[in-house]
Order: sequence, then structure tokens, then C-alpha cells
Amino acid sequence: MNLKQKIALAMLAVVVVASLGAGYFAQSSYSEQFRDAISVPPSAHFWLGTDELGRDRFARLLYGTRVSLLLAPAAALLATLIAAIIGGAAGYLGGRWERLLTSGVDLFLSLPWLFLLLAVRALLPLNTSPVTSVVITFMLLGCLGWAGPARMIRAGTRTLVNSDFLVQASASGISRSRLFWRHLLPNLRPILLAQFWISIPLFILSEANLGLLGLGVSEPLPSWGAMLRELENYTAVLRNPWMLAPVILLVAVVGCLQLLLGTEERLSC
Amino acid sequence: MLSLLLRQVRRILVTVLVGGLLGATLVRLGPGFGVDERELDSRLSADSQQAIRLERAKENNIGMFYFRYLSSFLRGDFGFSRSLNRPVAELLKQRLPLTLESLGLGVFCGLSLGLALALLTVWWRAPGSDFVPALLSGLCLAAPAAVVALLLLWVGPWLGEVSRWAIALVVFPHAYRYAKNQLVSTAQSPHVVAAQAKGLSSWRVLWAHVFTPAAPQLAALAGISVSLAFGASIPIEVICDTPGVGQLAWRAAMDRDLTLLVTITVLVALMTLIVNSLADLALAAWKPSSGSTAGSAAA
Repeated sequence: MNLKQKIALAMLAVVVVASLGAGYFAQSSYSEQFRDAISVPPSAHFWLGTDELGRDRFARLLYGTRVSLLLAPAAALLATLIAAIIGGAAGYLGGRWERLLTSGVDLFLSLPWLFLLLAVRALLPLNTSPVTSVVITFMLLGCLGWAGPARMIRAGTRTLVNSDFLVQASASGISRSRLFWRHLLPNLRPILLAQFWISIPLFILSEANLGLLGLGVSEPLPSWGAMLRELENYTAVLRNPWMLAPVILLVAVVGCLQLLLGTEERLSC
Repeated sequence: MLSLLLRQVRRILVTVLVGGLLGATLVRLGPGFGVDERELDSRLSADSQQAIRLERAKENNIGMFYFRYLSSFLRGDFGFSRSLNRPVAELLKQRLPLTLESLGLGVFCGLSLGLALALLTVWWRAPGSDFVPALLSGLCLAAPAAVVALLLLWVGPWLGEVSRWAIALVVFPHAYRYAKNQLVSTAQSPHVVAAQAKGLSSWRVLWAHVFTPAAPQLAALAGISVSLAFGASIPIEVICDTPGVGQLAWRAAMDRDLTLLVTITVLVALMTLIVNSLADLALAAWKPSSGSTAGSAAA
């Protein structure tokens, strides 16, 4: 880990701790309205001012960070799990199963991600409670974001299945289930972990785009995507530059994640 | 070459069939399907209402519905948009050219910028020479497409059509990073070192011995960039208020007009596949030994 990555990790740690301790750091709830302090500038009480409904922006930012930073990994976990099942089965079973599952993965990859996300999101109820909207948004991301990782996992499984030690284990009469659980799965762990971490920034950005389009997490629950909607009011942003805090934090966090993941290396393959 | 062509055609056909099935299923299961407001009209007789129900009953069989959906899709009849009260084909005819123009220019500018900066980085080679392009590409990669569009809108009206510049900035970081990695790995190969040792000028080495061998792999980026740009077109067109297909898809999602949304999704998937297939075929024609794998490697 180089110096840049250490700094990125430290920054991420600070953001995660601050978001988890939102109840401690923020002086009010994310939904509490201060009707005598509508759109006020930053002060000792409201560190990032208040929004048009008189809600503390700093509190909303911390709670929104918590929503995005906790649920993006949950969605990534779901996507990796689906990818592991499909990609692992394709690579492990081989033959016609591999062809069939790989064709399915290729077909899924050829569908435009955001268009598909919108189509499925539109099928589900739009007027839901905030908590349901969070679950729907991140479940959707998880259920639709498995195809890319599945391709990598299939390739990794195929390489492992053809490796000498597995061929030898198979030849010595080990049962297929033991071969899978004791020898294949532990060796697939690095690929699964890599796919999990790679999916997180992708899902954070997708949620931000969905939120900005009004199809993400519902009010009053904050998320980065929902908070970015304020930026559409250009004149208000010019007058109140602290409104840019969510976008700065989002870019910083995704940038840190990419630094940690070594994006340059990944894009080369 | 012929087998590659046949493979691509088969892939496109499978996508149409399966994508059509998925689309038809989504439309069929979508909320509001099978509801006809004419049934609420008290002026209609019982016979008329029964006739309406019978007419709709034909669509209850999902197999028949799929067959009718697909056959009308192939005839160019994409159905009727409930929310905009117009045929989908008419809406697409009106909006598709604008999106394609933005996409074409955006992808071209993004790829050119990425490639130019990657070439410059490899040519210069001084420590820290890639700091500015790496920072710029990192920022563009870490910002959602909608935020990129918003920032460009703020920059000012002198940019003209903002959506194409926003698409360029979405494509640029991917193009830059991929091109830089390809060029750097080629620049480290023994034939380049030998060319430098023989005293060839740095520009000649870069052009003839680094860029030309890496060109097929770099060309594969074009296909991927189109798919990337299509995805980014939704938030960008919504933010920039560009009346293109991306904005249409968003409106369809907000109004829960699944017929329109699913048709757009299948069409965009088809266009992406066709562009990717063309890129693969062009690569195969250019360099038969490695062309067919370049696209998949880049993907």
C-alpha cells in the first residue's frame, strides 16, 4: 500500500466513522425542521446551514452518507453472491451449462445498465415509504449488477478447475461437493472479494444518478443522490456554496475507493 | 471473418428474441396493464363492455402477447405511449437523431481527448507527467454523469450543446486510462527499446512502434464507449433538458409508461450490439489474427 492509498484509507475511515456516529456528531435529526431558520448560512449550530425546509444540512449529509455507505456494500454483496452462483456454476459445470449461462451473462451485459434499471424501477411502486424506497433501490442495484462480476468469476473458476491441484484432487476420488467447498471456493475468495470492492463505487454512483433523477431514496430520508437534487438550483448554489458539500464528499469517497482499488490496473484488463 | 459475422448476427437475433420476451413480460406484468378506462363509461351498453373485455382477453395469454409484440416490433410498430399519447415510433423518430448526434460527437471528443493525453503522457515520460490527466480522469470517473452535466451547465452558455461535452467527459477517463495502459505496456516491449537504442526520433518510435501496434486494441474502445455513453445519456439529457431518447426514457419511468420504456431499452441494446459487432468486424478485417479478441478483451 503506497502513501496515496494510505491517505485514501484514512479519509474513508474518517467518513465511515463520522457517518456511523451521525447521532453523536449531528446536533439534530435529519428530518427535524427548524421553521425559524429556513435556508440559513453555516453557523455554530448548523455547520452547513439549513435547506429550504429548515433541516440541518450537516445532519442530513452524515445520515445520507450512512445510507449510501452502508447500502452500497450490501448491494455489492448481493450482486457478488448472484455472480458467484451463476459464474461459479458456469465455470465449474462446464460444457453446455457453461455455454448457456455465459450466453445469459452476455445478453445481460448487452442490455444498457441504466435503461434496464429505470425499466425495472418503473415497474415497482414509486410512492413508497422512505425505508422501502432504500431497500428497493439497493436491491435493484444488487439484482441487476451481477453480470460483469459473473463473467470474471466464471473465468476464474474455469482456470481453477483446470489447474493441476484440482485435477489431481478430482482424480484421487474426492467427491464433487467436497472439491467445491474445500478446494474451489477458498481459492475463489480473492476474485470474489475483488468483485465485491469493485462494485461498491459503481453502486454509489448509480444511486447518486438515480437519486438526482428522482427515482432513488424517497424524502425525508437523505442519501447522496437525493441531496444532489438541490444542486439543480444554480442561483442558490452560487449564493450558498456550502451546498456543494455532498458532491465534494461523494467525489472524494468514490475517488478514495478507486485509489484503493487501483483502478488503472483494473481498466487495463 | 464469415464465421465471426455469423456469430455477431446470431448474437443480435438472440438479443432481439430474448430482449423482446423480457420486454413483453415486463409490459404484460406492469401496473395498469389490462385496464381499459372505456369500461368505466356508463354510456356503453353491456354488450359493448363485453366486446372490450373480449378484445383484451386475447392479450392475457402471455405467449400470444409475446408473438404479437415481437411481430409488431419487427414491423416497426413499437406500440403506443400512454403517457405522451403518441405512437412510440413517432417519438423515437423525433428524438433519436438528437441523441445520436450528441453521442457521436461526445464519444468522438472523449476518445480523442483520452487518446491525445495518453500519447502525450507516454511521449513525455517525465516523473509526474501524468499528474494532471490522471487527476482530471480520476475526478471525471468519481463524479456521477448527472453532476458532470450540472457542472458544465454552470460553466456557461458558450459551450453550446452541453450534453455532448458531458458525454465526452464521461467517456474520456475510460479512454485515457485504457489507452495509457495499452501504450505504456507496448512502450516497454523489446522492439521499442531496440528502436530507441538505434537512435530513432521519439515521435517516430511513438507513432510507428508504440501507437500502430496498439491501435487495434485502442479501436476496440469505440464499441465500449457507445454503451457507456448511452447509459450516461439519461441523467445528462435530463439535467441539460435535451429532448433526446435519454430524457424520454426518464419521463417514461416517471410516468410508468412501460411500453415506451421497454421499447427504448431494447432498441438501445440493439444499437449498442450493432456498434460493438461492427467494431469487432472492423478489427477482424484490420488484423485477422488478434482483431476478434480485442473487443472482448477490452470489454
